[in-house]
Amino acid sequence: MEALLQQIVSGLATGGAYAGVALALVLVTETGIINFAQGEFAMISVFVAWTLIQCGVNYWLAFAITLAVSLAVGILIERTLMRPLEGAPHLNSVMATMGLMAILNSGAGFTWGYTIKSFPSPFPEGALWLGGVALSIQHLCAFGVTMILLLLVFGFLRFTKLGLALRAAHQDPQACRLMGVRVGWIFALGWGLAAFVGASAGIMIAPIVFLDPSMMLGPLLYALAGATLGGWDSPGGAVLGGLLVGVIQNLVGTYIPFIGPDLSFGVALVLIVGVLLFKPAGLFGRVRVRRV
Amino acid sequence: MDDQRSFSRLKLAGFAALLAVLAAAAWAFSGYQLFRFSLIAVYAIAMLGLDILTGRTGPLSLGHGAFYAIGAYTSAILIYRTGCPYALTLPAAGLVAGAFGFLIGIPSLRLAGIYLALATFALAAAIGQLLKKLSWLTGGVQGIKVKRPTVPFDLGISVDQWLYLLTVLVTIIMFVLGWNMMRGRLGRAFLAIKQSDLAAAASGINVAAYKTLSFGISAFYAGVAGGLLAILVGFVAPDMFDFFLSVSFLAGIMIGGLGTVSGSLIGAGFVVLLPDYAQKVSQSLPWAVYGAVLMFVIIVMPSGVVGTLRRVFHRMKSGRSLEMKKQGIYASGKREEQDDVSP
Repeated sequence: MEALLQQIVSGLATGGAYAGVALALVLVTETGIINFAQGEFAMISVFVAWTLIQCGVNYWLAFAITLAVSLAVGILIERTLMRPLEGAPHLNSVMATMGLMAILNSGAGFTWGYTIKSFPSPFPEGALWLGGVALSIQHLCAFGVTMILLLLVFGFLRFTKLGLALRAAHQDPQACRLMGVRVGWIFALGWGLAAFVGASAGIMIAPIVFLDPSMMLGPLLYALAGATLGGWDSPGGAVLGGLLVGVIQNLVGTYIPFIGPDLSFGVALVLIVGVLLFKPAGLFGRVRVRRV
Repeated sequence: MDDQRSFSRLKLAGFAALLAVLAAAAWAFSGYQLFRFSLIAVYAIAMLGLDILTGRTGPLSLGHGAFYAIGAYTSAILIYRTGCPYALTLPAAGLVAGAFGFLIGIPSLRLAGIYLALATFALAAAIGQLLKKLSWLTGGVQGIKVKRPTVPFDLGISVDQWLYLLTVLVTIIMFVLGWNMMRGRLGRAFLAIKQSDLAAAASGINVAAYKTLSFGISAFYAGVAGGLLAILVGFVAPDMFDFFLSVSFLAGIMIGGLGTVSGSLIGAGFVVLLPDYAQKVSQSLPWAVYGAVLMFVIIVMPSGVVGTLRRVFHRMKSGRSLEMKKQGIYASGKREEQDDVSP
């Protein structure tokens, strides 16, 4: 029983990062695409933070600077690279994000090299014992910070006028435009926010998974699974989905010997395909009815 | 009218000349260069297959590396375990991959656009782990070594030359086959589905059947290409089939020109040759150059090299630039498609 709880808790720790990336993914789907480069965005942000810290900048200052830069760069990329593709077929926009992914990935390798680096954690080492379950303080704090940031984004979406515009632009861009909302910029803001959220999730998971240019491929896949599980049009669902995927991945890896840690991508594949086939809207998404 | 033209003597002569040049190349180039050419041909076959699915019928597959891998492993296992003649493993590789494609095509009917991309992306990412896990069959991480083939019938040519000629032969067969399929009933049905599921169904096309068939044919091509790869390289291992491979297939057909047969050749040339040149600059640069070219093509010339050339050609021929403009950038690929297909 305690072992089970232990697995669930450590699943939640990695799930926090998946939740962050999943939320980021959901924030950009309003432009009608899935940004496969979202993981690489986060990876670059982590490298930027790492460089700042190496230069002697205080951890939290570096964290804040990185988040601000990510927000700006996210907006910039939408305005310059994705904007011309508005209204293009899915294939074009998906492949554009793939191109972006390739550029960012090898750009990072070129700049920072492929050797694995460790990322510092600002939190003390050690563990809290709760019943028979050990809670790593680092994991706990990382989880807490991610959740606080997610709540902030959530509050922004739910309670501010800009957030309302963002959600409205998602639902009906045409009507939104007629109401005087500059939908193009709202989409750009979505990209910026996504980069922001992804960056924070990336920095929080970095001490656990270490740094290298392909560090985010796994988390990206699980985040995709999380967003699918939660529902692509539900930010809250995506967060819960990400957490769930973290737990499922851990439990399946531990308790089903055939799968173990070697088939973790297979788990994501089964999750994605299973959810899409049997509950395409996800757990919390709206079911869309297509009129013929 | 077009039909007669396409079988005109001029074209036949051109085809014969092309064959002669391709065959002569076997003696004009070194073994390594022949290997590069063969690799381009292998990629071209896989891309033609992907183009039949994504370019003609519409469903977006980011997972064709998986079918390619299945083909490669089928060939390698058949040769390694049963000592089956090399050339005979190719149809087997195609059929096994095609069967998988057909199976995956069935659930994919329920997935619209972007969600299919998502599911196939996961497939491409997971295939490497699956191959490693099934080590009793696939040899795990080490993969399978395939012995170099010997030249049959005492032809008096080197193994490199033989492999090259075999690849060229298979490529020509696959391309002629594909070209003919796309000009006929099948290709028209695919095109109709791409333009509109609903309209296609209304005009009596069994959309579900044709879509799964398209998946099957497409995977068949990828499987044959994979089988050829296994024979050419003499070795298969899970790391050869990472998900960037699947991306490069799709990138190739987008750069070459979606929905065009010749586009897959151009795309294949680009995908194989670019890393050679870019690597001279830096070890990690190829992917950046790759991504940059891809983004450039998507944003500036979405109909790819072939589509753009055709448009320029049309414009020069007719001077009807206004009409071309009216069709819009994204529709242009489809419009010119009809020129290619209509008999």
